[in-house]
Amino acid sequence: MQARTLEIWVGLFVAAGFAALFLLAMQVSNLTMVGGGSSYLLKARFENIAGLKVRAPVTVAGVPVGRVTAITYDSDTYQAVVSMRIEAQYNKLPDDTSASVLTSGLVGEKYVGLEPGGDTEMLKNGSVIKLTQSSLVLENLIGKFLFSKASGGGK
Amino acid sequence: MLGRLQSLGHWALGTFERLGRASTLLLSILAGLPGLLLRPRLLIQQTFSIGVLSLLIIVVSGWFVGMVLGFQLYNTLVDFGADASLGPVIALTLVRELGPVVTALLFAGRAGSALTAEIGLMKATEQLSGMEMMAVDPIKRVLAPRFLGGVISMPLLAAIFSIVGVYGGYFVGVGLLGVDKGSYWAQMQSMVDFHDDVLNGIIKSVVFGVVATWIAVFEGYDAVPTSEGVSRATTRTVVHTSLAVLGLDFVLTALMYGVS
Amino acid sequence: MTTPLVEIRDLHFARGSRPIFDGIDLDIHRGKITAIMGPSGTGKTTLLKLIGGQLRPQSGRVTVDGRNVHTLRHGELYELRKRMGMLFQSGALLTDLDVYENVAFPLREHTDLPEPMIRDLVLMKLEAVGLRGARNLMTNELSGGMARRVALARAIALDPMMIMYDEPFTGQDPISMGVLVKLIRSLNDALGLTSIIVSHDVQETAAISDYIYLLSGGKVVAHGSPEELEHSSSEWAQQFLQGLADGPVPFHYRAVPYADDLLAGRETGGAR
Repeated sequence: MQARTLEIWVGLFVAAGFAALFLLAMQVSNLTMVGGGSSYLLKARFENIAGLKVRAPVTVAGVPVGRVTAITYDSDTYQAVVSMRIEAQYNKLPDDTSASVLTSGLVGEKYVGLEPGGDTEMLKNGSVIKLTQSSLVLENLIGKFLFSKASGGGK
Repeated sequence: MLGRLQSLGHWALGTFERLGRASTLLLSILAGLPGLLLRPRLLIQQTFSIGVLSLLIIVVSGWFVGMVLGFQLYNTLVDFGADASLGPVIALTLVRELGPVVTALLFAGRAGSALTAEIGLMKATEQLSGMEMMAVDPIKRVLAPRFLGGVISMPLLAAIFSIVGVYGGYFVGVGLLGVDKGSYWAQMQSMVDFHDDVLNGIIKSVVFGVVATWIAVFEGYDAVPTSEGVSRATTRTVVHTSLAVLGLDFVLTALMYGVS
Repeated sequence: MTTPLVEIRDLHFARGSRPIFDGIDLDIHRGKITAIMGPSGTGKTTLLKLIGGQLRPQSGRVTVDGRNVHTLRHGELYELRKRMGMLFQSGALLTDLDVYENVAFPLREHTDLPEPMIRDLVLMKLEAVGLRGARNLMTNELSGGMARRVALARAIALDPMMIMYDEPFTGQDPISMGVLVKLIRSLNDALGLTSIIVSHDVQETAAISDYIYLLSGGKVVAHGSPEELEHSSSEWAQQFLQGLADGPVPFHYRAVPYADDLLAGRETGGAR
């Protein structure tokens, strides 16, 4: 009898441990997003991606549809090449979809926003998005602003 | 000066000798693990006294650590208007760092010291010698099931600690401080990655489980077989395990998140 | 005469730089009770561990039943140990098991006997030491003498060929001492065992042993049957057996002459 209660306790402990692992996988992190199998790859070239990181979300109309999987630098065109994995269910993105590096909030994380166009051709696995808009770099903006102020004042 | 150099040399030699003995012991324990498959009862018994008996302290500590994180991080984040990020920050802190590390430290104090004391006392009362003379290998019969029990228990305890902590933070953040319930979970899910965060946390706790149980079992087996020797060994277990866990945590964190 | 069960030849053993045995020769004959006696610190327990293969000698040879203990491989040594019983000074009972499970322990570890048969065997062994009624007690509820009797029941559980007793009489009241003396003798004769007793309790040990070895300073200083030793001319044997304060083993620990020590203190102004 005593031996049985021992086994029951150990069983409960192991079950609780696995339940905790399961919750960590499903509730805390989002395991379904990385379920690699059913997804396709897109690429986009940016002039500047300052602040964008691997694993940053990719959104369409604010809805997350995928993640950034790799960021590389193309030394021939001096551009950043961003690879994104999009979930297979979101496969109706027109060929002339544009991509921009956006910021959530004033100091938030950078993410990639996709803006669907009107083409009838759809993006496929391995397609490259042609229309891109770079990250806003705060220093450049301030620089431009000051420059225009200065030249405006000179007139 | 010469005397100091000499004692430094003695200390170094002694340390390497102990490390060598600990390593050979680990090899003999690993060799004894397959035999356990035939006797699951021994393993169940040890998982009970190592894992189940540590459950209470792990759950209570996890809950309080989660609540404290809720208060502290909320106060910092709200200054940046980023209180919606409370969920992911709590979850990342727990899953990546505090879960595995605090669990390992509590494990050293609760289960590790008990293991050392138990094995040390068995040695001091000649129970281990007695087994040897009954042709029962104490490494297989006594140490191996305890080792495996500890290695199995640690990641489960760490997972329980983390999840209880996340709910403790939820209780404070959402329940008391009024963070939006939806953003607590949604932000968490979008920021916490299973592979990079959860899996790396589990890997950490498995490593800590091996090291903490190894130290505890070795100190007990290597203890001077007197009551003083056993109490010294117990203290050493807690100190060495804590240092080893914190040092290894640095190395593992650097490997996992340092260089991308 | 048959070959001895245990033969020890020219055994040398040192712990660190301190020599414990300096060339010892011993024979333990089958079916007999052999006592190994000597003052505390002569390494009597160490000798038992050398016979059981728990320690390795620096040189020399220990054979048990024709096999050299220290050249056996791990598995062979464990096979040999199944046929040796050892009774530790403290009993060495497993504290997390009760009396019944302690005696059943070697049976469960080494045999696949069905439960009813294990029960019969355990009760039989416990009956032999008179503790069948104590089978449900935990080890911390036993007196020292009872713990040793349980350990004895456990040691004979696998029907060994020999039993080694490590200080079986130390710290026992006269009654349990008498019980143990009787048990050792009767088990030896009834089960056809060979017994080795390590002890410094002269009266009790001499009363039941067939042959006695006296150890001192890492050597065998005298040996013979109890009667022979009693009438031996060896100063050493006389001192030990009669418990004299002074003799070959001096009363004083090694020191410079007393007068010199006192004078030295006066000259240096009492330092030290």
